Amino acid sequence: MTFNRCARRVAGIGLATVFALGAFDLALAGESHQIDGAGSSFAYPLYSAWAQPYAKQTDVKLNYQSVGSGAGQRQLAAGTVDFGASDAPWTPDVQMKEHIMQWPTAVGGVIPTIHLPGVKPGELVLSGPVLADIFMGKIAYWDDAAITGLNKGLKLPHKKIVTVHRSDGSGTTWIFTNYLSKVSPAWKEKLGFDKAVAWPGGVGGKGNEGVAAYVGRLDYSIGYNEYAYVLQNHMNYARMVNKAGKVVAPTAESFAAAAGNADWKGADRFDVVITDQPGEATWPISGATFVAVHVQPGEHAGRIRDVLKFFDWGFKQGGEAANRLDYVPMPKSVIEFIETEWHKQIKDAKGQALWPAS
Amino acid sequence: MIPSERGLLLRRRLLSGVDMLMSVLATVFAVLFLGWLLWGVVTRGVSALNLALFTESTPGAGIDGGGLANAIVGSFLMTGAGIVLAALIGILAAVWLVEMAPGGALARAIRFFNDVLLAGPSIIAGVFVYGVLVRPMGHFSGWAGAAALAVVALPVVVSTACAALELVPGSLREASAALGAPRWRTTLQVVLRASRSGILTGLLLATARIFGEAAPLLFTSLGNNFFTWNMNQPVAGLPQVLYLFATGPYDNWHQLAWAGALVSTAVVLGLLVIARLVSRHHD
Amino acid sequence: MARVLTGTAELASTPASAPAEVGDRLFGLGTGGFALLVLGLMLAILAFLFAGALPALRQFGWHFFVSSEWNPVSGEFGAASSILGTLATSLVALVVAVPVSFGVAVFLNVLCPHWLRRPVGVAVELLAGIPSVIYGIWGLFVFAPLFADRIQPALTDWFGGLPLVGGLFDGPPIGLGWGVAGFVLGVMVIPFIAAVMRDVLATVPRHLIESAYALGATHREVIWNVLVPSTRRGLAGGIILGLGRALGETMAVTFLVGNAHNVTFSLFEPGNTIASTIANEFSEASGDLHVSVLIALGFTLFAITIVVLSVANAMLRRSARKEAAA
Repeated sequence: MTFNRCARRVAGIGLATVFALGAFDLALAGESHQIDGAGSSFAYPLYSAWAQPYAKQTDVKLNYQSVGSGAGQRQLAAGTVDFGASDAPWTPDVQMKEHIMQWPTAVGGVIPTIHLPGVKPGELVLSGPVLADIFMGKIAYWDDAAITGLNKGLKLPHKKIVTVHRSDGSGTTWIFTNYLSKVSPAWKEKLGFDKAVAWPGGVGGKGNEGVAAYVGRLDYSIGYNEYAYVLQNHMNYARMVNKAGKVVAPTAESFAAAAGNADWKGADRFDVVITDQPGEATWPISGATFVAVHVQPGEHAGRIRDVLKFFDWGFKQGGEAANRLDYVPMPKSVIEFIETEWHKQIKDAKGQALWPAS
Repeated sequence: MIPSERGLLLRRRLLSGVDMLMSVLATVFAVLFLGWLLWGVVTRGVSALNLALFTESTPGAGIDGGGLANAIVGSFLMTGAGIVLAALIGILAAVWLVEMAPGGALARAIRFFNDVLLAGPSIIAGVFVYGVLVRPMGHFSGWAGAAALAVVALPVVVSTACAALELVPGSLREASAALGAPRWRTTLQVVLRASRSGILTGLLLATARIFGEAAPLLFTSLGNNFFTWNMNQPVAGLPQVLYLFATGPYDNWHQLAWAGALVSTAVVLGLLVIARLVSRHHD
Repeated sequence: MARVLTGTAELASTPASAPAEVGDRLFGLGTGGFALLVLGLMLAILAFLFAGALPALRQFGWHFFVSSEWNPVSGEFGAASSILGTLATSLVALVVAVPVSFGVAVFLNVLCPHWLRRPVGVAVELLAGIPSVIYGIWGLFVFAPLFADRIQPALTDWFGGLPLVGGLFDGPPIGLGWGVAGFVLGVMVIPFIAAVMRDVLATVPRHLIESAYALGATHREVIWNVLVPSTRRGLAGGIILGLGRALGETMAVTFLVGNAHNVTFSLFEPGNTIASTIANEFSEASGDLHVSVLIALGFTLFAITIVVLSVANAMLRRSARKEAAA
């Protein structure tokens, strides 16, 4: 057999396989029991970790893909997914207009990460206004009086500060810049907050990994990362002065304090940003991550019920997995409130409540 | 030989030698880079290589074990369907461009736009297919992913197939015509047969290219945490998983990412070696 | 079916009969249909991009192409830094890739022992098959640190003080920016250019080369006086293919270019490219205008490609005309 004939045969078999699979595939299409969600990359590890044991227990496969919070919001609006996920909350206006309901699922935090030779993790203390000035370039050297004033007894070098930020749009940047806008009027006026802002200088790394790589490599640099990244990569980080004037370390407890001190019930449609919350133990740069579904799903009501069941399961059984991945579960009282809102807002095709009253 | 002549010869030889040295150095540079890259992929990938990689699906975060079965199968399905589609359209279009209307204004325009498309970033293919397929259908699917990959592969197929057809000497066509064969039979049975190894090489290069593309899949096939044969559903793609895991925080993800990179590189290497063997037969 | 066809072949020694003409016409229509499908698809993509870009172009007009302002919060967008970065990184890539690719092509055609040809050829082609994500990750973790610590300081020492070009080599030693991105991009396009150049050089008739050697020409003289002049068109074609690949390459560049909307003239300052900007911001774009701006960037890239290809085609035609005249 010549090679050519052989190659042709291989190609033929490949072709036949593809078409056979296509036919097989149509046969299977009816019995799929999968629901799809997309959005926040921050939430990806958590939902994917919940999905596996849940699929084993219930035979419902929840497929969650990290396409970014902005894309998650757009896909939900376009109706290509069953639920969307975002680190920035949907505003009440958008929720009304698109007939969707959102709720928070978990809390995490953003940590200033540093590369400062001779300084141990957590030794350096920063405050919100100082952090804003550093990222605006107003504080250019590590031994600036504003920094040394917060760090009496710590010897800081006269070296230029290299700032590192996310180059891709991200919820992490949204939370970080939202916090800086709250604590620094100059920041609010010049830069504002969004998933990406017009950084006045510094280096952009793609993703948490990119920022971690640059901060790890560049001496005298400062960046910001998600909590899980800081822990898993053993990065050097700074503690923060919070709204109550206390110095706090980034821990599960200090994130939980931020979530617990936020006013969820008083807020309009869960539009709550938990940066710069009150409380002595509160980590100031905390953020919740959100999920949203259509409130009048019509023929898709069954799928939305599956989504709600999944998050109910996650709230009740997924706490351990969340902790292991360095997320902080929502406080119990908030969960009860969320499920009451499900009952009130989400209707099936007949207009009946999709979720039973608790 | 008079001395000045000998000096000139020496100078010419020396200059030539310098040029040849540069040429060797250029090759060494290219091969060294390849070796450096491969070394990185192999040393990191090999330790994570095991059977589970091919039998189990992607693990949730922080859960040990798991594999890449869903992504590997998904990539093969979408790449396979995509390349079949691109090959069907691309080769027949190339036949028309080279055999039926060579040099015509329309043919020139098509080849020009083909070159333009060749340079487009592949994410554009994904955005386009999202707009024309995913939005109207209302959901992500493996078929949409395959279509996006086909859009990326098509210009590669067209340009390589055109090149292969053009290499067929005109005398072969004339001989066939002289035997009284109509043009379509000459094309199908003589020209295509003579150029098939070149066309196949192009197809394999296109396959290698789309097998490694993540960007067109993001908004078309979306990705899937679970194993599926169902191309009407979201389907996982290997390059996408590779990117996600390589840039994620967890150690088991990093290991899987490097193992996936090794698998991906091995598949591409395999395809290229096949392409070379096929074209050797042609030589 | 096959038997029927063979039968007609035997009969077909008569001049082209009517059925054959019909067959040809059908075949032409069929394949022509696919060619039109290709054209239609391409025009559809361009039209789709243009329609998507329209809101952004309406909002900013020509200002879009010259402004370097980029502020998602205030909704001010300009493409200047991305356009500049795309051109700069592609240029650096060509500066790296063209001489190396030519060297490789010459090596494979002139110097390489026969048994080594195939392994070296496949090795170089394999560079084209490695997913671009891997180039990016490898560049970020392996190459960029090495470049920052060893190569960049040396370059700054050697060239930083020169007039005019000195500024090119200024910048913080962080191992990212147009220079590093362009360099890695150059390595990525080597196989594309080298493969075409190798094939093109191989088409030079054997007797032409042998006669040059017989006249006592050295390798150098054969290459520059025989091979290059008779293959100029093909060599340029290879370079254009590589340039096309470099203009649109996304992942590797995104990891290495530094990603700042920054108009700079230093190789070592972080910048960005059109493809990297789209990759960075598309999924997180906030608001319809931002999405439209990114699609407008994609459209701009196509426009740049069209200009580059047209210029290259015109140059090739002119050199072909010169050759014909000579």
